[in-house]
Amino acid sequence: MTAETFTALIFLTSLLAGLLGALTGLGGGVIIVPMLALVFKVDLRYAIGASLISVIATSSGSAVAYVRQGLSNVRIGMFLEVATTLGALLGAYLTLKISTHWIAIIFGCVLMYSAASSFRKRREHPGTIAPDRMATSLHLSGSYTENGVRHDYVARRVPLGFGIMFGAGTLSGLLGIGSGAVKVLAMDMAMRLPFKVSTTTSNFMIGVTAAASAGVYLARGYIDPGLALPVMLGVLAGSLLGSKLLVKAPVATLRIVFSVVILALGAEMIFSGATGRL
Amino acid sequence: MQQPPQHHGPTDMQMDAAIANMLRFGISLAATLMILGGFYYLRHPTMQPADYAHFHGTSTDLHNLGKVLTGTRLADSTSVLELGIVLLIATPVARVALCVVDFARQRDKLYVAVSFFVLMVLLYSLFRGGR
Repeated sequence: MTAETFTALIFLTSLLAGLLGALTGLGGGVIIVPMLALVFKVDLRYAIGASLISVIATSSGSAVAYVRQGLSNVRIGMFLEVATTLGALLGAYLTLKISTHWIAIIFGCVLMYSAASSFRKRREHPGTIAPDRMATSLHLSGSYTENGVRHDYVARRVPLGFGIMFGAGTLSGLLGIGSGAVKVLAMDMAMRLPFKVSTTTSNFMIGVTAAASAGVYLARGYIDPGLALPVMLGVLAGSLLGSKLLVKAPVATLRIVFSVVILALGAEMIFSGATGRL
Repeated sequence: MQQPPQHHGPTDMQMDAAIANMLRFGISLAATLMILGGFYYLRHPTMQPADYAHFHGTSTDLHNLGKVLTGTRLADSTSVLELGIVLLIATPVARVALCVVDFARQRDKLYVAVSFFVLMVLLYSLFRGGR
């Protein structure tokens, strides 16, 4: 295979990963890493490095649209980035210490969790838990307007949300993914933010979190320019296309089909890691 | 409910617009460099697909920004690609730096401190992360 064919194949695969990532809301990273490792036999460390670059591009690209709509909360995002960036640094160092077998196994578990979480129905939680004092003193509140109605919100259970965010950052640094599913868990379930706010703020945070582990990856030679090129351009183009199609596509059906695919990829990653093939 | 102090400086909405413009500029520039670099990278006549199945790490020349810039001036395709990657990583870092400035103009000391801390973590990773 020539370099051109190889690059073209990786680009098309990444395009598909970005498209599916946007349509299912799981992000391109969780799909492209197992594809590169299992289908193209790319070393897991190169796959993780290339994926991390695509995660930064996708997050910055989609944040442009979200930030303009005024849905993401810059203060809540910045406060939680303290947790995710510290976690991401820890995760990037762990990647240097842990064997690729274990990384593959952990990756498989995250894939399975992501697939399962996409089945869970998201619903808004009414404000049954009192806003804690931290939320008030840290100004973790805001409002957004939808259909002409103004919605005010205050964050709840801030320490729990902060703790889960640290975990999300660690997974992001360890696996080169955005770990959007865990970030949304922290903001939806723990902090009880409206999900328009949690989704867009999470997306906004992913790029900063990924940048925190990118320095470590870059210095350790995990980011190969020749591989990062088709992966980054493919995932970026795919996710932009996906967010345009999102309005028309039969999202519910797609989500079921791709969740099954992701479950299978997760099982394969765990199996490959456990038998020492990755 | 206590509102953040914002009697001075840009409003949150102006801040959002500035952030959006900066992100757009950063990724457009990075993507352009990568497309240009990628074009030359693939035109290279003796180009063989790299061995990605075995990990040996990228060339240490790529870990030095000075060498990457020199390579870019000499139109070395790998250096141009690497510069695109570095710019892409720098985009969220610049976003956080912009937040430090905007919070300072809003006289929101608490969030100047929070965003400054995040900026320091990012700079630590970029300049000291390999050690």
